[in-house]
Amino acid sequence: MEAVLVNTIGVLLIVAIIWWFWLGPRRGAVQAVEASEKLQILVRGGVYEPDHIRLPANQTATLHFRREDPSPCSEWVIIPDLGISAELELNQETSVEIPAAKPGKYPFSCQMQMYRGTLILE
Amino acid sequence: MANEQQSRQTVFRLSGVNCAGCVNKIERAVQGVAGVQDARVNLADKTLTVQGAVASQACIEAVRQAGYDAEVAMSSERQRREEQRAQEQRHYHQLLWRSAIALGVGLPLMAWGLITDKMSVNSLADQLAWGAMGLVTLAILVFCGGQFFSGAWKALRHHSATMDTLVALGTGTAWLFSMLVVLVPHLLPESARHVYFEASAMIIGLISLGQALEVRARGRTSAAVEKLLELQDASARVLRAGKEVDLPIDQVQTGDQLRVRPGEKIPVDGVVLEGSSLVDESMLTGEPVPVKKGEGDNLAAGTLNKNGSLLFRAEKVGADTRLAQIIEMVKNAQGSRVPIARLADRISAVFVPVVMIIAVGAALVWFNLGPEPRAAHMLVVLTSVLIIACPCALGLATPMSVMVGVGKGAEYGVLIRNGKALQQSCNLDVLVVDKTGTLTEGSPRLTDIESDGDRDQLLQLLASLEQGSEHPLAEAIVTAAQEKKLGLQAPGDFEAITAHGVRGTISGKKVLLGNSKLMQRENIALGDWQARANSLAEAGRTVMYGAVDGELQGIIAVADPIRSDAEAAIARLRTLGLRIEMLTGDNRASAEAVARRLNIDKVHAELLPEDKEQIVAELQKSGERVGMVGDGINDAPALARADVGFAIGAGTDVAIESADVTLMRSSLHGVANAVELSRATLGNIKQNLFGAFIYNTLGIPIAAGVLFPITGMLLSPIVAGAAMALSSLTVVSNANRLRLFKPSEVQ
Repeated sequence: MEAVLVNTIGVLLIVAIIWWFWLGPRRGAVQAVEASEKLQILVRGGVYEPDHIRLPANQTATLHFRREDPSPCSEWVIIPDLGISAELELNQETSVEIPAAKPGKYPFSCQMQMYRGTLILE
Repeated sequence: MANEQQSRQTVFRLSGVNCAGCVNKIERAVQGVAGVQDARVNLADKTLTVQGAVASQACIEAVRQAGYDAEVAMSSERQRREEQRAQEQRHYHQLLWRSAIALGVGLPLMAWGLITDKMSVNSLADQLAWGAMGLVTLAILVFCGGQFFSGAWKALRHHSATMDTLVALGTGTAWLFSMLVVLVPHLLPESARHVYFEASAMIIGLISLGQALEVRARGRTSAAVEKLLELQDASARVLRAGKEVDLPIDQVQTGDQLRVRPGEKIPVDGVVLEGSSLVDESMLTGEPVPVKKGEGDNLAAGTLNKNGSLLFRAEKVGADTRLAQIIEMVKNAQGSRVPIARLADRISAVFVPVVMIIAVGAALVWFNLGPEPRAAHMLVVLTSVLIIACPCALGLATPMSVMVGVGKGAEYGVLIRNGKALQQSCNLDVLVVDKTGTLTEGSPRLTDIESDGDRDQLLQLLASLEQGSEHPLAEAIVTAAQEKKLGLQAPGDFEAITAHGVRGTISGKKVLLGNSKLMQRENIALGDWQARANSLAEAGRTVMYGAVDGELQGIIAVADPIRSDAEAAIARLRTLGLRIEMLTGDNRASAEAVARRLNIDKVHAELLPEDKEQIVAELQKSGERVGMVGDGINDAPALARADVGFAIGAGTDVAIESADVTLMRSSLHGVANAVELSRATLGNIKQNLFGAFIYNTLGIPIAAGVLFPITGMLLSPIVAGAAMALSSLTVVSNANRLRLFKPSEVQ
């Protein structure tokens, strides 16, 4: 009985991890803004808020990252596919210019890929 | 102070502000100060912006009286950095404190366990004693490790997992299991009634200590940018109404006249109006010898005026100065990715959830197949696997090295655009070098003039014609005529024929000056002159024919002296295993003469500007990785085509924008430095990546207990915590080793 219980819990945990991190629906905050609007992304506690950002494609835009996380991990934000990297100052807002780019998903992250977000140009 | 009584905006940083009510209160208070035209609080930034001629102190007083505090916000990059450093320092001390408190509880507990071996719950007294200890440890988890739990929770809600997740799960599981033992010991077999409160506290303490040390070590990786920022002076001596006034640097405007005295730094980019002095530009260009500057010469912000007083006009200020652009470029490059890290990136992206699965899987294996006490073994394996796994080491491996490597480059006047350029620079097969300005001085001089008739007369005609031309060779001829004090006339019907020469009319005579192709085109026989021209060309000179009214009158030879350091630099590049090919628009004979002297493998001569890109493309087609060195303006297409484009020559704006690597110093040694640096950096990255992979691939199975059959014991979660803290520290420290890099250049 005990063995069944422990094993079931273990297997359920593994399934839950797979579902939550890979398969499950992501209801992360999605924010859609016009290129002219000011969009602030909060860098705090290991995450970007919002972490899914929709912007019009083929237009330049500015993202305002506000870093409130003193951990050095959060010091940089990079958008590899757009060749962008920016050093974020603590408790300050850092503007990151997004060039006009084709529609698509552009992931952004910290240097270690722990803080992650997606920029969706459409 | 002058800057406090100015009619402009002043920004203050506020503290104690957290609601809209505060905003109104502060705005009202500051608007009451005499001289304030407008006061606005930005709640998000916690800043106050004041417009008007008012003393900063009066505004600060008003804010204080309203019950808050304010200080003048620092605006220059350097000051902002200082503020960041101070914040980092605070974070460092905070981490140290947390670590000390957690270890202060964890260590005695661990010692108690080791000495008495009484870590089990077998009686009511044990339950009470360990229950109390459990609450103390809970306080440690909350106060010293709270950020791990809040971070883990936030990440979880965003469907992501970070290092915080691992630490929170590891320490949380250990604490919960121990609390279960304390509360309901009878549910567990006697051998499994062991508590692990000490592990929770020790892990939080060790990881906080590791993070504190990492913050310190990371601070050093950006030392290069800080050094560049230090070059920027905070104030400048500006001439206002005939008087010299010290002004903050951000108030200097384009067109202002500035004075720099001996021993002072040049505050902004500009052009010398008066005076002459030696200027040390080594901090920007890596060029050790000071440069003589006089009227009309350019000055760059951050360089050091050595011995004379200079009056100059500001041409570029603020973010437009070369120094500011260099800093910006270095900062951008420092954060960029290196292609080699792609695999590591992919792994780090899924690392944490995978480790969580491994931990649960390993725990189940121990539960089903392991010896008694199975519950305790399960818990130890689960915690150790979660704690030992270090995504940090993997994720930090490349960024840290790139950060130090790119910064080190800037120190030697080598500006690397991004991580890709850094990686590609280290495995080039062939280096294509543009001759003019790279191998040679780029300012040709007249060496020979030969004529059937009067040489001076021919020189006078040709120099008169060349006045209309912008070609560098023309300048040599005009200068030679001026030195001989020959009177020059304005040319009529002037025409420059690309890659051939020039023609025009001087005093009614039709004058032609150009290469053999031009003469052939105009059907002018070269006669005996050709042999003479060839012999001059073989000596490395550029020879042109001069014809007047359809008759060849003589030849004129110009040479661009070879740079004194070219030979040594080429030797270094060859030692690095690169094949050197030279590109030039000059005739083959003179090009080959230069190539022989410099030991260059192959020469592409008599090229039109567009041929250069073609040659790079052909080399690439044959499967070679090509580096191209040029001045960044004429060679822009070839530089862009090459795998790595090196723009040489004090980095014009164009070059900084377009080239993969910009060399601030006009010397090929810069290319050799760049190649050596990229190899050192890539080597460092590989060591880091290898170390991080090995650490995780060995560490995780050991924590999962694969060595148990041999050693008969499991890895303690505390040891796992120590290993994890050490691993990321090792990566950062190894990257810092790159700071010792020195190019092999022998001055």
